[in-house]
Amino acid sequence: MTHPSPPPAAPPPARGATSSRIALVLQVVLILALVGLVWWAVQHALDVLRARGVRSGFDFLGDAAGIPISEGWPSYSPEQPFWRAFLTGVGNTVRAAVPAAIVAVVLGVLLGVGRLVPHRLVSGLCGGYIHLVRNVPLLLQLLMVAFAIGALLPDPTEPLHLLPGVWLSKAGLSMPWPAQGEAGWFVEWPEPGTFGVTGGAALSPEYVAIVTALALYSAAFVAEIVRAGIQAVPEGQWLAARALGLQPGQEMRLVVLPQAQRVIVPALTNQLLSLTKNSSLAVAVGYPELVSVANMTIGNTGRAFECIAIVMAVYLALSLAIAALMNTYNRRVALRGWS
Amino acid sequence: MRAPRTWAQDLWGSPWRAAFSLVVLALAAWALAHLLPWAVLQATWAPDAATCRAHREGACWGVVAEKWRPLLFGRYPFEAQWRPAVAGLLLMAMTLGSAWPRVWRWWLAPLWLAVLLTAGLLMGGGLGLPHVPTGQWGGLPLTIVLAVLGVALAFPLGLALALGRRSDWPVVRTLCASYIELVRGVPLISVLFMATFLLPLLWPVGAQPDVLLRVIVGLSLFIAAYLAEVIRGGLQAVPGGQVDAARALGFTRWGVQRHIVLPQALRMVVPALTNNVLGALKDTSLVTVVGLFELTGALSLALGGDPVWRPFYLEAYLFIALIYWVLCFGLARYSLWLEGYLRREHAI
Repeated sequence: MTHPSPPPAAPPPARGATSSRIALVLQVVLILALVGLVWWAVQHALDVLRARGVRSGFDFLGDAAGIPISEGWPSYSPEQPFWRAFLTGVGNTVRAAVPAAIVAVVLGVLLGVGRLVPHRLVSGLCGGYIHLVRNVPLLLQLLMVAFAIGALLPDPTEPLHLLPGVWLSKAGLSMPWPAQGEAGWFVEWPEPGTFGVTGGAALSPEYVAIVTALALYSAAFVAEIVRAGIQAVPEGQWLAARALGLQPGQEMRLVVLPQAQRVIVPALTNQLLSLTKNSSLAVAVGYPELVSVANMTIGNTGRAFECIAIVMAVYLALSLAIAALMNTYNRRVALRGWS
Repeated sequence: MRAPRTWAQDLWGSPWRAAFSLVVLALAAWALAHLLPWAVLQATWAPDAATCRAHREGACWGVVAEKWRPLLFGRYPFEAQWRPAVAGLLLMAMTLGSAWPRVWRWWLAPLWLAVLLTAGLLMGGGLGLPHVPTGQWGGLPLTIVLAVLGVALAFPLGLALALGRRSDWPVVRTLCASYIELVRGVPLISVLFMATFLLPLLWPVGAQPDVLLRVIVGLSLFIAAYLAEVIRGGLQAVPGGQVDAARALGFTRWGVQRHIVLPQALRMVVPALTNNVLGALKDTSLVTVVGLFELTGALSLALGGDPVWRPFYLEAYLFIALIYWVLCFGLARYSLWLEGYLRREHAI
């Protein structure tokens, strides 16, 4: 909104000065009104809290938490303080979001490319998956996956053998994992026994449910981003690549995808951010991520303000970390000389 | 990357194509061989739990035939369920009617207000109808009420935030930008928990705000931040020359916004707005986490307490998923249609 500067013959000196002074006064009034409103709200909330016998402040973080957290890293037990519980909650959020993001990106790229393959069955299948998954709420899909694991999978005494060393049952997923023994590090393979699968990494059914649901849901959105990115590459680039004698695979890898990345990466960043936030839905199946820990803490201590401040701060930090990581990558793929 | 013109060429035109086709067809055959007997051939359609238990290899669609009322209406009193049904239909008809750009006139706003009031009276009681507390509302009508009210309340707030973020006043700009970024940075669940725990602290001591009110406040505060960014995109896309021209014609600052900038900006972002409405509709499912029994919550309510039908959750989930899918897919198709319509009607 740039306005041409007025001709020097008829300058309007007073009006601009007055309106900027009015603007200043109005903004000061606005700030004062807002501060007053917030002050009133906080005072009133403190009164209500006092009437309910709840103290305020972050001092509770050092108290023994006593809330149950079934799994996670760093390991946690109920006699440990609240800050450890929150730390485990954050760890669980990251532990669910990172594998889900990796699967979602890989599957999403496959689906997005698959939708553009000039073969009606393949593109139709990929399109069908995308339309099916995008139009059903994630929470419903999560509950369905959790139900399928809990009710339809076999008991842990007779688990499904998916891959060598990978077992799946009602009790979750077991897979080989490095372990430390007397002779140093070795890979421990899970073995099915009379009381279920033992050894290796045992992933709880809640964890498997949230990672699976998050990955399958986000993949559909990633696929659409990838498709849009590829379609944004001008057709002349394909033709030029073909004219240079490149094979179809080389065309995609050397010419199209590097250019499509510039369109894909910013949108993908948004998608990864929402994937991280969506991991909070795990509260519905009892996986103890950050929001679930905060919710339990509020139930035990009544410190709603404090817990919500912690949740906001953590998500803000996670979002900034993801955005910084993706922006670094984006700078690498962006056109030189363009911002 | 153009596909050959006929199906035969497309599927069998080259060895690679044929191989792809065979793989996909084999997959489809395998899926059909597993799904068809379960979903159709061996399925039980009658609301008869004993038959369902006897035929475990087939689906039990009887659970839908038996439980469709609690699934669709949640905890709403059984004999009064015609009220949410009528209210839900009214809201859906109104939404469908408003989907047609020809009716976008000034009288649409008061009409919406009247329809919302009627729906509220029907569901809550009044005018001789017995009172039904909002805690008992549930199912599909509640989903629609949450989506419609959430978006309707979020829109003016989002508009104000978008305008505020582009304001010349640094204080307003900073406040609006911080609000938008803070809210977009946290998950909806935490906003809903916040509304559940913090709103009661602002109420008079001893009183509790209505649970539906809390959820709607949380929902619309959340949706508003996303709408604000979409609207801001539209505002930025209006050429600066339009503003200068309007100012030259003697429009006031607000006159420029009201008559020149906003109509163009909003028209440009209508498809993105419908996408946000789609997201809001799906997001309403989260209110079940804070104790409202909309479509998703009504499901666990209908089956969770009933040991006879509890084994048939999957069929009920699929039924609910189908309802969401029809609503959301319809909205997505509408969004595409609207994009094309607006481009044709208002080609610049």
